[in-house]
Amino acid sequence: MKIKRILIANRGEIAVRVIRTCRELGIETVLAASEADLKSVPARLADQTICVGPARSALSYLNVDAILAAALESGADAIHPGYGFLSENAKLAIGCRNAGIVFIGPTEAQLDGIGDKLKARSHAIAAGLPVVPGGSVDALESALEVATRVGWPILVKAVGGGGGRGMKPVFEPSKLQETIEMAMAEASAAFGDARIYLERFVTSGRHVEVQILGDGEHVIHLGTRDCSVQRRYQKLVEEAPAPNLADDLRAAIHKAAVDFGHHMEYRGLGTVEFLVDCLSSEFYFLEMNARIQVEHPVTEAVTGLDLVAEQISVAEGWPLRLCQNDITISGHAMECRINAEDWTQDFRPSPGTVTSAIYPVGTGIRVDTHIEGGGSVPPFYDSLLAKIIVSGGDRAQAVAGMKAALANCHIDGVATNLAMHSALFEHPEFAQGGIDTSFFPRFMQS
Amino acid sequence: MNMALTNDDVHEIVRILDASHYDEFHIETRHFKLSLRRSGTAAGWTQETRTLSSPNVELHKDKPAQVSRTEPEDSDADQGDDRVGLTDIHPPLIGTFYRSPKPGAPPFVEVGSRVEADTVVGIIETMKLMNPVTARVHGVVAEICVSDGGFVETDSVLMRLCQETS
Repeated sequence: MKIKRILIANRGEIAVRVIRTCRELGIETVLAASEADLKSVPARLADQTICVGPARSALSYLNVDAILAAALESGADAIHPGYGFLSENAKLAIGCRNAGIVFIGPTEAQLDGIGDKLKARSHAIAAGLPVVPGGSVDALESALEVATRVGWPILVKAVGGGGGRGMKPVFEPSKLQETIEMAMAEASAAFGDARIYLERFVTSGRHVEVQILGDGEHVIHLGTRDCSVQRRYQKLVEEAPAPNLADDLRAAIHKAAVDFGHHMEYRGLGTVEFLVDCLSSEFYFLEMNARIQVEHPVTEAVTGLDLVAEQISVAEGWPLRLCQNDITISGHAMECRINAEDWTQDFRPSPGTVTSAIYPVGTGIRVDTHIEGGGSVPPFYDSLLAKIIVSGGDRAQAVAGMKAALANCHIDGVATNLAMHSALFEHPEFAQGGIDTSFFPRFMQS
Repeated sequence: MNMALTNDDVHEIVRILDASHYDEFHIETRHFKLSLRRSGTAAGWTQETRTLSSPNVELHKDKPAQVSRTEPEDSDADQGDDRVGLTDIHPPLIGTFYRSPKPGAPPFVEVGSRVEADTVVGIIETMKLMNPVTARVHGVVAEICVSDGGFVETDSVLMRLCQETS
């Protein structure tokens, strides 16, 4: 079927991003917005905006019934869930099926098997992928026992999590209970699912992920991304392809991702995340994200594809328009997440009004944002203001281009991490490429 | 459908400007306002955009037609405090106040609870992050001024403590 009108069940820059592709495809857009977002840039760009509830996400963006009602009322024939919020929520997918609306994402069974991180682990094992030791926690009392069996230090992860939310390391048994309680509160607020599980905390490694695309039968990969610059599991810089990976290791990671996709008979756009130990050349399956990701533009930059358009095509029921041989990775791309947070004050969130927002423009520069001068950054949602994506013929060119682009970006009214990115891109270790997740904390200390 | 300005359009304009001697370019239509400037400090150009089209908002049939704003709840902080010796606890950030570690769980503290400086008395959720609120003083909870789930600003009073010297 041809999709004519899409309800976008999201906000911020990803809502703007989806609207852009819809316009190019001649698809009408309806934005499902909370009361706090009725005057946002995506609300101005969408053909129609429908209010789905109060500012708090639990009552609006996470409210399946409100989203479905908005889709029906506006006559949308499909829902694009973006990332976060209900993007991996099987209830929304089921509700869509019952209402005769296309859910732009994987099947309900796939969402259940991937969104539930414990089930995803089992699927990965079944598909022959290596996983980090771990176990589920049914009751708080048994947590210590599980942790001791898995081995310290421990990482507390949300079963319904993803995107790095709800993950907390624990280094001593005495802190386990309170960390689990805090993680459950965050998981409940962010995903509507308070369950957590434990994994051994691998203290250093690279975060390498593979973008995959499937139509339920065929699965292809669109290369690697490296997202090792993270603070508390929140990615800050991403790049494609992952630099300084041996060819055979890269090929093995690509294959593992496609194997997982085949095992799931995956339909749609997804990302398989791995932890790579570069010294031993071993890698482990971490999780899969069954949705579009924040960092998808770096893959678009090196493949020349529009991933939202590919999502829509698969959702319309078409087989993949591309085979593996059609995919060529050319050049290198980097992305900086510009967040409303004060990086000099322990990354304290900085909601408020942006008085002025000036962005870089030029060849090889792309800015995905929802913030203009006068725009508001509500305290209810994440702190992402803009993504600056710079591509070049090779990594050195992309790094040089990013430095210049950062120098041409000026956001006033709220605190941002722009200066942090500029300092990071001057760091010799980062410039060399291939740093692991222990780099960023060291960088912040120095 | 609105006339939109794509990244490609902006790149095309910049390409034309690069070949010119102009340092600034301004364009305004019914739908957007764009200013391009040759960067003074670094090489390249900058863009400043305003989306001028009004949101085409349609409210849910089963929802009230007006948009209500979330207001701070139970804020009697402005009434002044006539009880000498009470210490106000303010949130570290603007956000949503939670009295318990997770939905359904018992609150961190009740009126009458004895607290130490590092006792967690609540959580503020700001931009999806849970930030613990500590008592900061040694004492007893005298009053809880904001209900669970209430929206608070940094000058809101969350609770009042009867400080004790130890």
